[in-house]
Amino acid sequence: MTDTPLVSVRDLKIGAVTDAGRKVEIIRGVSFDIAPGEILALIGESGSGKTTIALSLMGHARSGCSIDGGNIRVGTHDVTAMSETARAGLRGTEVSYVPQSAAAAFNPSKRIMDQVIEITAIHKLMPRAQAEAQARDLFRALALPDPDQIGRRYPHQVSGGQLQRLSAAMALIGDPKLVIFDEPTTALDVTTQIEVLRAFRSVMEKTGMAGVYVSHDLAVVAQIADRIVVLKNGEIQEVGTTGQILHAPRHHYTKELLAAFEPVPHVPAGGRDAPEDQAVLEVSGLCAGYGALVNGEPRAKVLQNVNFRLERGRNLGVIGESGSGKSTLARAIAGILPAYRGKVLLDGQKLEPALHARRKEDLRRAQIVFQLADTALNPAHSIGTIIGRPLNFYHGLRGAKREARVAELLDMVRLPAALRHRLPSELSGGQKQRVNLARALAAEPDLILCDEITSALDTVVAAAILDLLKELQGELGLSYMFISHDLSTVEAICDDVLVMYKGEVVEALPAARMSSEATHPYSRLLISSVPQLDPGWLTGLEQDPELVAAFAQR
Amino acid sequence: MLRSKTTWLLIGKRLGIALITLVIVSFAVFFATELLPGDVAEILLGQAATPEAVAGLREAMGLDEPALMRFLGWLGGLLTGDLGTSYVNRMEIAELLSGRLANSLRLAGIVTIICVPVALSLGIVAAMWRGSLLDRAVSMLTISVISVPEFMVATLAVLIFAVWLGWLPALSYGVNVDSLGAMLRAYAMPVITLSFVVSAQMIRMTRAAVIETINTPYVEMALLKGASRKRMVLVHALPNALGPIANAVALSLSYLVGGVIIVETVFNYPGVAKLMVDAVSTRDLPLIQSCAMIFCVSYLSLTTLADMIAILSNPSCAIDDRFLQNLPFSSPAHSPEHGLCLQLDRPYRPCRHAVLGGDRRRRTMACPISAGRDRGLGLFRPDER
Amino acid sequence: MGWDYFGPMSGEFWMGTDYLGRDILSRILMGARFTVGIALAAVTLAVAIGVVLGMIAAVLGGWFDTLLSRLLDAFNGIPSLLFGLVVVAAVGSSIPVLILTLTAIYMPGSFRFARALAVNINTMDFVTVARARGEGTAYLITREIFPNILGPVLADLGLRFVFIVLVLSGLSFLGLGVQPPNADWGALVRENIEGLSLGAPAVVFPSIAIASLTISVNMFIDNLPTRIRDRSD
Repeated sequence: MTDTPLVSVRDLKIGAVTDAGRKVEIIRGVSFDIAPGEILALIGESGSGKTTIALSLMGHARSGCSIDGGNIRVGTHDVTAMSETARAGLRGTEVSYVPQSAAAAFNPSKRIMDQVIEITAIHKLMPRAQAEAQARDLFRALALPDPDQIGRRYPHQVSGGQLQRLSAAMALIGDPKLVIFDEPTTALDVTTQIEVLRAFRSVMEKTGMAGVYVSHDLAVVAQIADRIVVLKNGEIQEVGTTGQILHAPRHHYTKELLAAFEPVPHVPAGGRDAPEDQAVLEVSGLCAGYGALVNGEPRAKVLQNVNFRLERGRNLGVIGESGSGKSTLARAIAGILPAYRGKVLLDGQKLEPALHARRKEDLRRAQIVFQLADTALNPAHSIGTIIGRPLNFYHGLRGAKREARVAELLDMVRLPAALRHRLPSELSGGQKQRVNLARALAAEPDLILCDEITSALDTVVAAAILDLLKELQGELGLSYMFISHDLSTVEAICDDVLVMYKGEVVEALPAARMSSEATHPYSRLLISSVPQLDPGWLTGLEQDPELVAAFAQR
Repeated sequence: MLRSKTTWLLIGKRLGIALITLVIVSFAVFFATELLPGDVAEILLGQAATPEAVAGLREAMGLDEPALMRFLGWLGGLLTGDLGTSYVNRMEIAELLSGRLANSLRLAGIVTIICVPVALSLGIVAAMWRGSLLDRAVSMLTISVISVPEFMVATLAVLIFAVWLGWLPALSYGVNVDSLGAMLRAYAMPVITLSFVVSAQMIRMTRAAVIETINTPYVEMALLKGASRKRMVLVHALPNALGPIANAVALSLSYLVGGVIIVETVFNYPGVAKLMVDAVSTRDLPLIQSCAMIFCVSYLSLTTLADMIAILSNPSCAIDDRFLQNLPFSSPAHSPEHGLCLQLDRPYRPCRHAVLGGDRRRRTMACPISAGRDRGLGLFRPDER
Repeated sequence: MGWDYFGPMSGEFWMGTDYLGRDILSRILMGARFTVGIALAAVTLAVAIGVVLGMIAAVLGGWFDTLLSRLLDAFNGIPSLLFGLVVVAAVGSSIPVLILTLTAIYMPGSFRFARALAVNINTMDFVTVARARGEGTAYLITREIFPNILGPVLADLGLRFVFIVLVLSGLSFLGLGVQPPNADWGALVRENIEGLSLGAPAVVFPSIAIASLTISVNMFIDNLPTRIRDRSD
């Protein structure tokens, strides 16, 4: 490293005031340096304080938070000692920011160009014409389509991936010494993410600016960062070069994070080789959509002619990007969104499309578990009530019997029985998802439809949930239909995989042969787009541009 | 900016709803005044009338016809300007009303001209320096004005300006208004009272609308670009708050309708409201009907106008709530590229984008849905119904 | 002692006397029965009916929801004081009529409020889960939705109470509300308004009574923590 670091942070402490008015320390004495031209990654799970630290480099603390101690130096400026007006002079020129969601960070009522060059206007850096020319150069450098005209559009007229790159142009226009990237690709689909990552990397290489890259995803960070800071609960666990963190982690938490990336080959449950003749779930010609019916067909058709078979004790994975219709498939099977055409057979018996027409017994046998445990549990009910209701509803259990069964179910999902008196808001994300699962198990179903149930969880917690699912399958002989946008999750638990694109199943394969044998171009694109821990992955990645143009939603 | 087809569809729908509402409202007014009170002929002729006389009058007035026919006849009359005759002084109602209506409109006009600039600037400044001494003082004052009945504001005004200071006459009627000074003095009390009441509403709603916009990520982004607070509010927040503010202004003005009833009575101001209150005490039903319809139509026009401004100012976000209700979270309408907002009729809030945030985990669905998300929004709707 | 109208504050009459020489303090205490009693009865009825209908409309949706929403919105198209005026003109003023009129004026707003909250809750996954389990409408409304809208509904009830007090006082002030010899606070202001020019305390204290009630309720609700006022987030 060079002699004088560009940024040095010493013993930074940031406090926050909770809803109840209590003061808590969310950043507890963090110190690190950034050399000129270096890209430093801040990595950690939700609540680790990574975004808070990044924003503090600009002297900004979100409402309710305040910088309570320590020292931040950027270039020659002591950010902690500056007045708010002086800090404003720093923002955009010395340090600039690429937001998490560009869609929200662009003002919807102003043209893109005006927003991109705003920094030059605020700080009176250059005349407007020059700023616009510079912006167009940046658009070109970021590989944006139609760089000369795109600035005239409004934010809602360009795609999410483009907007994210435009937000980088917005940050770079003032030629800052340090750029903060705050989870800039997390909201994007994997096929889109690649292009954005590439653009960021090449422009950072060209300009030689230093950067802070905030992310929860080690594989993404591996592609762009020189050094990595691993954070947990507002404290630094480990700092090292990217190579050292990936290959020779010292701290056990870093090891844990890396372990969650290890591919876990799925061993089919039970070891029954001969498929039973009776499928748990058989779907044929299923079509579903939203909106008013016109001639028996909805205005917005989402699912088109979906066919598959799921055998007892086996697991089916459904992968696809946003808008592929994978969640709609689960909803149509569960009857929440009645299919307008096609058949769903549960254990050989035909299910009515609409929920209210189905028999209670049919409803019991197929349970659905949603992605967001926060919204899937009634905040006004205790855990005991939540799990107890299906026991009462389907099995008529009451009183002490019901209590005993609730405790049993909590034990099954590895939660202490005492938790049943708590409210959902008192539980962690992982615990909530376990309760969510326990509620589905209470019905004693044959089939559980899992809709992105690990996507909202931190990697380590998600891995534990997957393990639990496998154990439960061994004990109870369940079948899962597992919906996810994440290929590795699906590979870890499923026997067969469906790849969905724009409401259609484009490929169906056994999970084990997925990576090697997928033939549909979209499947290939999707598989090749999943970031690998290898720092050279992005550089070595070659994708057929025609394929990309045809399928990636950039 | 080009408005999408859905926007015009929503505008059309809103106009249609206003029309239907008007029909229902006029039926309610007709029902209340013609059918509820019992036999109008008996009321007119008094207890001592002979049954023959009552029957004769009934026939002459067409009271034997079915209610629906009478309603349609009455409605037809309203549309053609035939408002009927007063029971009490046998005058044409249209004639009774014309001068009074002009008086009321003049009062409302003056109040509007005074209120809008004052309320807008106070509301915006309070929002800009939220939590400051000025903001808190304005909040306290407005909540107090909103919390007390209009007649108390009026009484207080009389106490201060007429009794203690002796600057202005307590009543406005009967004062000769031959000079400008005299006219000012005659209008001063009603205008002061109404302005207080209406601007208190307007300030609160404007402040709320601006704060809502200031709390958006794109205003935070402006802060991170190094923009000053002034620039953040004036360049980024205000243009997006214009729709909600215009909506707030129109809604606050609809409060004039209620306020004017009290104020005209207290100050004996010769407007429609005073006429109506007098008509109520003499049970002059046709006159009540016409006055009530005038108030309903103006109230309805203002609320409809407010909603249309809300729809127009928000073209990319206007999606029917009924449609959204059936959408799952993963549908295209919820993706980060598309803003999401439920366009409910009221209370209107500016659209915030549904952000598929962070780790694909915090999909915040921000809906303009509940009346009091922000502190100080409790009294969002002027007539709070 | 004789006949002392608009008397000043004294040891005998703490708040002075009214236009007939009656003790203002006891008139105010009597008036509280009418103001608070009528407003409480009306607000309870209005909110109870509005919330029940609002939740049903949100859960059932379809034509029931559309019809009810449109009809009640139309009622909202009549300014509240005007509504009161017309009804009183038609059927005269009595306490039951006042309660029912105020209920009719404020029920549609309560419906709209509760429906909006319930629509929001209705889209949440836990309601979808309950629905997918096969639960009936009654369960969805009482167990899944109601507990989650209770906080905001109670806050709304408080605000609505204030507005009812205001409209009731307004009607009484116009002489169309509570009729003599009874008097609520609005009527007390009306009765004694003549005393204003005499500087009598008779008109001041009923005004203070109204203001302290409405302002304190409003301030209380305004300062409730957001999480109680709006649990629907």
